[in-house]
Amino acid sequence: MSPRHLLSISDLGADGIDGILRLTDNFVEVSSRQIPKVPALQGKTVVSLFYEDSTRTRLSFETAAKRLSADTMNFSVSTSSVKKGESLRDTVETIEAMGIDAVVVRHGSAGVPQQIATWVDAAVINAGDGWHEHPTQALLDCYTIRQRLGSLEGKRIAIVGDVKHSRVARSDVLAFTALGAEVTLVAPPTLLPPSLEGWPVEATTDLDSVLPKVDVVYLLRMQKERQHEALLPSLREYTAHWGLTRDRARLLADDAIVMHPGPMNRGVEIAAEVANLPNAVITQQVANGVAVRMAVLYLLLGSGVDLAA
Amino acid sequence: MAERERALTPPAGGVFSARAQVMSADDLRRAVTRIAHEIVERNHGLDSLCLIGMQTGGVPLATRLAEELERIEGTKPPVGTLDATFYRDDIHLRPLVPAAITEIPFDLTGRTVVLVDDVLFTGRTVRAALNALNDYGRPKAVQLAVMVDRGHRELPIRPDYVGKNLPTKRTELVDVSDDGVMIGEVTPR
Repeated sequence: MSPRHLLSISDLGADGIDGILRLTDNFVEVSSRQIPKVPALQGKTVVSLFYEDSTRTRLSFETAAKRLSADTMNFSVSTSSVKKGESLRDTVETIEAMGIDAVVVRHGSAGVPQQIATWVDAAVINAGDGWHEHPTQALLDCYTIRQRLGSLEGKRIAIVGDVKHSRVARSDVLAFTALGAEVTLVAPPTLLPPSLEGWPVEATTDLDSVLPKVDVVYLLRMQKERQHEALLPSLREYTAHWGLTRDRARLLADDAIVMHPGPMNRGVEIAAEVANLPNAVITQQVANGVAVRMAVLYLLLGSGVDLAA
Repeated sequence: MAERERALTPPAGGVFSARAQVMSADDLRRAVTRIAHEIVERNHGLDSLCLIGMQTGGVPLATRLAEELERIEGTKPPVGTLDATFYRDDIHLRPLVPAAITEIPFDLTGRTVVLVDDVLFTGRTVRAALNALNDYGRPKAVQLAVMVDRGHRELPIRPDYVGKNLPTKRTELVDVSDDGVMIGEVTPR
């Protein structure tokens, strides 16, 4: 059966992830056309419900929905009745009463999309909840790695940076390992999760020793808003030890790729010139994001695709 | 989409049991040859002509037709593939086959397009394909070649080139492969 919601990578399993990635090929083709639009979801309405700031994810979902001819509605907290104190449940039920088919949710608290899924009949897509998960980001990362390296099976991937506060890292670890990659987390001790129990990953603080061995180096955004939590002496010190500087990038194998979920802090976790190297696939990630989200919307909005087939 | 795949993919899914062979591999080859000659005759050659195979059943047929056309005329027309799933009016009934992707690496504007499919049934796939083609350019003309016309049209669509007219029951299934054409039933699982 097709899934009804996309809340977490762990709901999909290896077959589910693989199914979405194969479906994505169809939408990469659609996006490459002169007229990159198909009538597949005509008459469906997709609402983005964003309680946190976002540029790429919101625009990416909106572009994806429009390329499938769905109608899109945008909700942003700053211009809504949430300012007047409306509760999450009332907001969601109000939107649903207008007759919608899918809600794309981003919220600062983990578990909000799961909660909304119990309240509404519409398909719920998690576009990032707290430190928990960001499943479509992980799917587009997997797709990009496949595109460049053929497969994830046996590939060595280093995820570098603020793993502790990163929903991207959490979803990526689940997706990468489900598809057979070996994941190493690299971070200062204060930015590693307090426990790695149950995670099929290794962790280290030494980036230089990891770089020559990996096929993919995945840099997380250094969340500057965490600065005041005193987890790091300074951003300069972070860059000195864990930033992918030009000199460090030379340690990488020739065919290794550099990834980043955006938005980048050039000069902090990644040097400006490294982000422009041919091995950096960061803009490709964004382009694939639209196709992956088209696949997800198409899958959830009554396409009848069976991922197990 | 090939009838076989459509019928065997969920949610329609079932088991196909062949009852009789209606065309042998040789019949199929002869039909391809005849259709190729008809295409050349009707279009006075192959100038600005291209073949588009419908995913998935029309694709091997389009390739065979192109080879046959090359044998007859000395030049091979360009061949593309088209998946019209996103344009269907019954999208939820006909699941998408992953990896059955549209590939039209040439501009259709001003060309004569010969759409190729294995079986013509309700005509809804062709209707969707006509819509899809428009997104790739404005063809001068579109013609339709099918190996089997099994009737039961629901739309005003007729083929220009037919391998075989085959009266069928709605519940039957026609399966075209390189080994020939079979007719049979699908029993639900």
